[in-house]
Amino acid sequence: MKGDTLNASVEIQEADVQEAGFAAVRPLLEIKDLAITFATSNGDVQAVRNAHLTIMPGETVAIVGESGSGKSTTALAAIGLLPGNGRVSAGQILFDGEDIANAGEKRMIELRGNSIGMVPQDPMSNLNPVWKIGEQVRETLKANGLPSGQDDVATVLSQAGLPDAARRAKQYPHEFSGGMRQRALIAIGLSCQPRLLIADEPTSALDVTVQRQILDHLDKMTTELGTAVLLITHDLGLAAERADKVVVMYRGQVVESGPSLELLQNPQHPYTQRLVASAPSLASRRIQVAKELGVESDELLAPGDATAAGPAVAEDVLQIQNLSKVFKLRSGFGKSTDFSAVDDVSFSVKRGTTTAIVGESGSGKSTVAQMVLNLLTPTSGKIVFDGVDTSTLNSKEIFAFRRRVQPIFQDPYGSLDPMYNIFRTIEEPLRTHKIGDKASREKKVRELLDQVSLPQSTMQRYPNELSGGQRQRVAIARALALDPEVIICDEAVSALDVLVQAQVLNLLAELQSRLGLTYLFITHDLAVVRQIADHVCVMEKGKLVETGSTDDVFDAPQQEYTKALLNAIPGARLMLPPEVA
Amino acid sequence: MTTYILKRFLQLIPVFLGATLLVYFLVFSLPGDPIVALFGDKPVNEAVASQLRAQYHLDQPFWVQYLLYLKSIFTFDLGQDFSGRPIAAVLGEVFPVTARLAIMALIFEAFFGILFGLIAGLRKGKLFDATVLVASLIVIGIPIFVLGFLLQYFIGVQLGWAKPTVSSAATVQDLILPAIVLGLGSFAYVLRLTRTSVLENMSADYVRTASAKGLSRFKVVRVHILRNSLIPVITFLGADLGALMGGAIVTEGIFNIPGVGNRLYRAVLSGEGPTVVSIVTVLVLIYCLSNLLVDLLYAWLDPRIRYDS
Repeated sequence: MKGDTLNASVEIQEADVQEAGFAAVRPLLEIKDLAITFATSNGDVQAVRNAHLTIMPGETVAIVGESGSGKSTTALAAIGLLPGNGRVSAGQILFDGEDIANAGEKRMIELRGNSIGMVPQDPMSNLNPVWKIGEQVRETLKANGLPSGQDDVATVLSQAGLPDAARRAKQYPHEFSGGMRQRALIAIGLSCQPRLLIADEPTSALDVTVQRQILDHLDKMTTELGTAVLLITHDLGLAAERADKVVVMYRGQVVESGPSLELLQNPQHPYTQRLVASAPSLASRRIQVAKELGVESDELLAPGDATAAGPAVAEDVLQIQNLSKVFKLRSGFGKSTDFSAVDDVSFSVKRGTTTAIVGESGSGKSTVAQMVLNLLTPTSGKIVFDGVDTSTLNSKEIFAFRRRVQPIFQDPYGSLDPMYNIFRTIEEPLRTHKIGDKASREKKVRELLDQVSLPQSTMQRYPNELSGGQRQRVAIARALALDPEVIICDEAVSALDVLVQAQVLNLLAELQSRLGLTYLFITHDLAVVRQIADHVCVMEKGKLVETGSTDDVFDAPQQEYTKALLNAIPGARLMLPPEVA
Repeated sequence: MTTYILKRFLQLIPVFLGATLLVYFLVFSLPGDPIVALFGDKPVNEAVASQLRAQYHLDQPFWVQYLLYLKSIFTFDLGQDFSGRPIAAVLGEVFPVTARLAIMALIFEAFFGILFGLIAGLRKGKLFDATVLVASLIVIGIPIFVLGFLLQYFIGVQLGWAKPTVSSAATVQDLILPAIVLGLGSFAYVLRLTRTSVLENMSADYVRTASAKGLSRFKVVRVHILRNSLIPVITFLGADLGALMGGAIVTEGIFNIPGVGNRLYRAVLSGEGPTVVSIVTVLVLIYCLSNLLVDLLYAWLDPRIRYDS
């Protein structure tokens, strides 16, 4: 759906504007001067202003922006599903020439499903947990007056790439993996062959390789059916790779739009420029380019600098030797089967460096992290921290060990106690370890907030009053409170928007060079690895398949699996001219 | 599933033994001599008294009394109450009445609680919502004996819409007003629970996805909002059945219903150990069984819950 179509549609559109009377092809969706307002207890808040975009039949257009930019709100308005307190306050949404901005519910129900379909963002929460998958497909067909027998349901599901669809249709969502649920949702979205499909971050909750498969399949299906796609994403690389045109939104406004490659190579608006600069999928290429050109990039090369500046022969602060973890899975009636989550993994981490463990979900990377943190007991193998086998520690020594090894977890919403204010959150580890008195602890908390660049007034606030990035800074401050030597970051930046992610990564890199920290970085995102890690361990199904310096692994991956992972980074296949960097 | 149900039934054994032992001990330690109390104002005839004591094993130590009681249960002969009637017959008489009352109350609170709660949830912040919220708060706030007397007086006596008292047969018609009184507190609770649950589900992603499929509003509400919202409500209703049976004492007192509560109250006052323990044990078993039923219903409503392993 790229290439030829791209040029064709642009030309047609221009022709359309010039010779309106002729109107050979009119836009399928045209959003003009759209404004969306939310009624809140503090009065009306304008979420979207003067938004405009055009989608021709069969064309793919992506809206890119960070969370809160209004991209999802704009898309939801197009299918008439704004939340209860939101409304279109100005402008037009023309679907095939008909203004549906303020259409009645009855008209919208007619359009939904068979004219405008939707593939939502989170496959975990978008299927009703109490109904079988088949039933949820069937009701869609039935509501749109299509045949809805068992065979029809199975056909729809198998077209979306779900193997063994007839049997799978009888299962419940919780029996499906994330990728399979997303396929089921794509099946539902496309089941009535709509002319426009709204895909709202359709793969952001999935592993990169699964993401690629799903997007490829979505591409194939929409091309075959001639469906126009409105793709919502925060990932500029992904947008550029998948869409003919890209619309960039920032704080409720469209700041820039145009053909994908053009926009990527020659961003005009400062926000787009920042987005291009920090898009993780592009950064992986960017560092490389920067290095080749001999360009100094202080921010992004900081971790590397730290190693170079460190002691010539750094000691191994952490040694993982033949580590294995076997879980017993209950399989009914007292029987159990063994499941090897981690299988004979060995690697070591040098002091003051960053080692990343990369893998898809289920690869055992988080299990390794939990064993290193001494939260799980290994089935076999050793973890040697600073020369001592951690399994030999008694409870008092474990307490001391915890002071030296601290975690930062993925979800900044879940890892902070909502009932604790920020001061109490950061002070808690100090109090637990009986460090200092009240005054010195307060001083320490203030210092920590300074270190993570949060204002000291943050102390009196509560987690729900902070943004995701601010919360993750608080989590970092809490991890730093005990002056640890090693920090285990378990998907520490995965939940953050690209720009915020870049800020947090820079902060981590800066803290590392300043405090000589050692990071063990667990992530599924190779683009992030490229920015922060010195060494990479690639895990697949519990086994360590490849390990080496970041440069070696990225430039010359040895294993097929690593190559597949690298290839799956959105935008990796796009060749960017050096001047973009 | 069968294994799970079997396990749950086995769990009833320790619950049964524990409940009977505890209740027996409590009755045993009540101050005063029940036999002396039987004589009322008349002088106590020692010969008769000691004969009665021997008949009811009251001259034995606690453990012997308890074991004798257990033996009587397993030989299906629960003994007699102080008026000489077999306890089994008493149970057979009072439990159907209270069960009828409790089930009517349950139907009332479930039907109207869920209906009003659903409407209130769907029309959050509108007049209906505000009205039922305030009304339910008032119902929860006023004690049941006040509500009972008020309804009895106004609806039963003044307006004559329902019978203010209950005949000894305690027919369904007789029990309408008492059932409403008994179920009123839980009705308010079910209403609020349903409303909260509906509100929560309305903003769920899968509800928005259901709308995006092109389903009608009615379908979305019935298939995706209501069923998911009922899961916590059903849990409450199941546990409430046991509570209604045991909690009917006040309502039965107000409307003079010949049910479990009335009989239990009298047995406690006169210190009839075996009668009290028998009634309470049956109540405990009903409570356990209704909880089992809830757990099974729960698994049926929510396929994520499975008891196989």
